[in-house]
Amino acid sequence: MNLRRDVFQAIADPTRRAILLLVATQSMTAGAIAANFDTARPTVSKHLQILSECELLGSEQNGREIYYHINATKMKEVADFIEPFRKMWDDRFNKLEDIMKNYKPTK
Amino acid sequence: MALKTKVDAKDGQNDLLITRSFDLPVELLFEAYINPEIVEQWMGTKVLTLENKRHGSWHFQTFDPNGNIVFEANGVIHEFSPNLRIIRTFEMENAPFGVQLEFLEFEKVTTDTSRLNMHIVYRSVEQRDRMLQLPFAKGLNMAHNRLEEVVNQLKIKGYEKVK
Repeated sequence: MNLRRDVFQAIADPTRRAILLLVATQSMTAGAIAANFDTARPTVSKHLQILSECELLGSEQNGREIYYHINATKMKEVADFIEPFRKMWDDRFNKLEDIMKNYKPTK
Repeated sequence: MALKTKVDAKDGQNDLLITRSFDLPVELLFEAYINPEIVEQWMGTKVLTLENKRHGSWHFQTFDPNGNIVFEANGVIHEFSPNLRIIRTFEMENAPFGVQLEFLEFEKVTTDTSRLNMHIVYRSVEQRDRMLQLPFAKGLNMAHNRLEEVVNQLKIKGYEKVK
């Protein structure tokens, strides 16, 4: 299964939002990013991977280090304010559909 | 993959259209809107009143775990045509959004599939845009809170089930 990660799911996580804020103004290495969190380094790496997979983060190799930066174009897509509204209804309707598929009329 | 739920909100208009196709007979889709117990499940709110008739009214309330009201909304029903149409008003209480008019059209596609067309009219363009932005502003925090809840549940249950 190779589904593209949901961008909104990605930014629903507080650590990942904090990472995006960190790299909003400057490119940073994974180590420098991780230094800002109490979380274990592999956890931060996982967050970076998720953010990269949904293209919110870009990265470039500079010598031995990988620098992460924010992908402004993708962030603009996230700022499409209709999407969360659509998602809210989509979630509700998915639930409705699931419930009614198992629904047995009592009357 | 086509999106099952679509929102059409044109710039500078005071209305929007939500459409959704369901793998459900239209009768079941309609039932989900008129059966209070079912509404409570998919809307995630308490149903205090739901009078499914012309001139009837409805009233929903949502509480947080501490018993505080976090969402309250009410309205009146203008048309009630089973398996076909509900026209009603919707207003959130203690919120500066005003009342909106909702046209819910229940459409039979095949015996087992149906579609819902939800046309919502707001008093002004500004009001519509504010309502549209509400989930964007609040949604992130709510999703984050819900995630925390789920994570806490996992912690309580331990990892053996999750592996």
